[in-house]
Amino acid sequence: MKKKLTTVEFRGTPEQEAKLLEVIAKYDGVPGKTMPILQEAQEIYGYLPIEVQRIIAEKTDTSLEEIYGIVTFYSQFKLNPNGEVAIAICLGTACYVKGSGDLLDEFTKQLGIKEGETSADGKYSLEATRCIGACGLAPVLTVNGEVYGRLTKADVATILAKYKD
Amino acid sequence: MEIKTIQALNEIKNEYTSKINMLTGADFTGCKYKRQVLVCGGTGCTSSGSPKLINILKERLAEKGVADEVEVTMTGCFGLCALGPIMIVYPEGTFYSRVEADTLDEIIDSHIIGGTPVEKYLYREEADGNAIVHKLMDTRFYEKQHRVALRNCGLVNPEKIEDYIARDGYQALAKALTEMTPDDVIQTVLDSGLRGRGGGGFPTGLKWKFACANRGNVKKFVACNADEGDPGAFMDRSILEGDPHAIIEAMALAGYSIGADEGYVYVRAEYPIAIQRLQKAIDQAREAGILGNNIFGTGFNFDMHIRFGAGAFVCGEETALMTSIEGQRGEPRPRPPFPAVKGLFGQPTVLNNVETYANIPQIVLKGAAWFQSMGTEKSKGTKVFALGGKITHTGLVEVPMGTTLREVVEEIGGGIPGGKKFKAAQTGGPSGGCIPAHLIDTPIDYDNLIAIGSMMGSGGLIVMDEDNCMVDIAKFFLEFTVDESCGKCTACRIGTKRLLEILDKIISGNGELEDLDRLEELSNYIKANSLCGLGQTAPNPVLSTLKYFRDEYVAHIVDKRCPAGVCKKLLRYRIIEEKCRGCTACSRVCPVGAISGTVKNPHVIDTSKCIKCGACMEKCKFDAIVKE
Repeated sequence: MKKKLTTVEFRGTPEQEAKLLEVIAKYDGVPGKTMPILQEAQEIYGYLPIEVQRIIAEKTDTSLEEIYGIVTFYSQFKLNPNGEVAIAICLGTACYVKGSGDLLDEFTKQLGIKEGETSADGKYSLEATRCIGACGLAPVLTVNGEVYGRLTKADVATILAKYKD
Repeated sequence: MEIKTIQALNEIKNEYTSKINMLTGADFTGCKYKRQVLVCGGTGCTSSGSPKLINILKERLAEKGVADEVEVTMTGCFGLCALGPIMIVYPEGTFYSRVEADTLDEIIDSHIIGGTPVEKYLYREEADGNAIVHKLMDTRFYEKQHRVALRNCGLVNPEKIEDYIARDGYQALAKALTEMTPDDVIQTVLDSGLRGRGGGGFPTGLKWKFACANRGNVKKFVACNADEGDPGAFMDRSILEGDPHAIIEAMALAGYSIGADEGYVYVRAEYPIAIQRLQKAIDQAREAGILGNNIFGTGFNFDMHIRFGAGAFVCGEETALMTSIEGQRGEPRPRPPFPAVKGLFGQPTVLNNVETYANIPQIVLKGAAWFQSMGTEKSKGTKVFALGGKITHTGLVEVPMGTTLREVVEEIGGGIPGGKKFKAAQTGGPSGGCIPAHLIDTPIDYDNLIAIGSMMGSGGLIVMDEDNCMVDIAKFFLEFTVDESCGKCTACRIGTKRLLEILDKIISGNGELEDLDRLEELSNYIKANSLCGLGQTAPNPVLSTLKYFRDEYVAHIVDKRCPAGVCKKLLRYRIIEEKCRGCTACSRVCPVGAISGTVKNPHVIDTSKCIKCGACMEKCKFDAIVKE
């Protein structure tokens, strides 16, 4: 999966780093620990910038290349931070045949950002996700984790208006 | 709660039996509740607002002073996700769909307290002239279903181990540990004819047999594949959400039979509710002593952990999944050695899918003959399908193997909404194919689906109608596999990309008839030369649509036309002269000024300027604009 490196400046805090070190210590000696460490690191920072990968590589005595290789392999790991309003549109089959592709086009049109991008002011991010399992409500999307279902193109403006401020 | 002995297990079973009996229609004398209200807490209904509903319900019942007499239970998926949130009131078993906070009060007063069901909120069967259906089990959706893997979903509270125990939970484990040798367990699974429900359909018992050598002398693992990657399948998630203890029991049984004391469940991180309930179930089982050392005092030890997937489709492949649990890029390994010989962390491992495991406790408890009595000659038992796409009842269904596609789509699924025509059903996700309308009477089992160019896969069943373009669907799945190809072997990495490029060319109106031969040749090459199941099956969507919908490909290539009106680059908008009233609405809304004409005279679209946004068609009040 192709991933773009972020242009957003790294703003990690010492508190976040302390938490990360705790996580790394917790998994000391656990077999196959890299994945859970990366998953918890992403929970702490919201994404996995190269700075964070470097800390993990150093502390787990792994090469940065290996960590980077794992991060870029799995679609769940993000190299870009989410926008304040994080929109994720399900492009699973059930949603796709019910028109979620059109929803994505409509968001692109209204927000001026493409799939996988965050707007320059950091306000919106747009993401296409794999099936989130709410096929009964297809087509669905989530905004900051909240699920919206049975949508049409006309709903896009309504949803965006809700998150305007 | 401690369950150190089988006697303790049976005591709990007896204590909770009357409560469960109220739900199954058996004698519930002695139950301390007058009524039980079950609300679906699956992902579909949760997204429709069921947790809020449960809170309001509990508050109101407390306000009215009946909280002690009425048990409110959050359950797993009932299967009818399209009608969520779903609520069922027992002992009547009255089925309320799309329940809202506003309608709750009336249901509480009239039914839950008063005993009279509120008819106006009951489900109506469209196919029977909107007749009222009182019970979920009497709906057409349920009538033909036969629930084995889903037997507890929508019945027990997945967060209570007592509920599971009351439904014969952990009895199979108790039976195996005290009355059966590990070889007996394997033989039972083998005799049952159970085949892997995750895709390939390999006999489960055989897999276990391969891994059973050297019990007690070698470290072994049991693993569960809950990395449901097929976009549009959600049965594994629903089982984990609705009946997590069944998976724990089945994995312990697998551990006993091959001589493993440790298990891993690899579950998608995108399934937060499933993860939370499974973790809770593991904690409960551990606390009770059903996981841990010396289970039921028999000397058998077993414990398990959860590992999260991170969104890589290829990790559904067994060797890739194990590489991922080991903390690496989830790339497949060549086989042999098979996981039964050298699997997780280099040790012998048995890996099965969630739905496969969900069948195991019942098989051990009721015997191989019982399981064999269901299904077809070579495919025994039942299969869960996730019905999605253009179908009235989107949701989860479980039917005996050998049920026809027509029964599933028309009778259980309620047909296609809006009076549209059935065009195809897609099974097996990105690895499967499309089944056209003339094969709708095919009995569904592993071998029949392979014979018609599709496959069972994990059980996603997406229905498509005349508005879906089959070339576009093939392209959709190819985009998926190109994205998800791990890149290890050339045939898959480059081959799928080239396939996609040819499809793109056709969809853009630049295709040539020779491209169809190229598609076929390349597809067969990829199938023959890829390392793992992902690559070997990736061309299936192309091959099956080519086989059954060749005329659509030809229309795209020769006529430069998309018959379903989906492929944007081949679309043309046209104004029907006789219908146009010259209201100018379309020309005003056109963002590129492609529509010309004067007031009260028919307008014309300049197709060279048109960007095919469709704004004019939405605006036209006289249906004078068509896309073709």
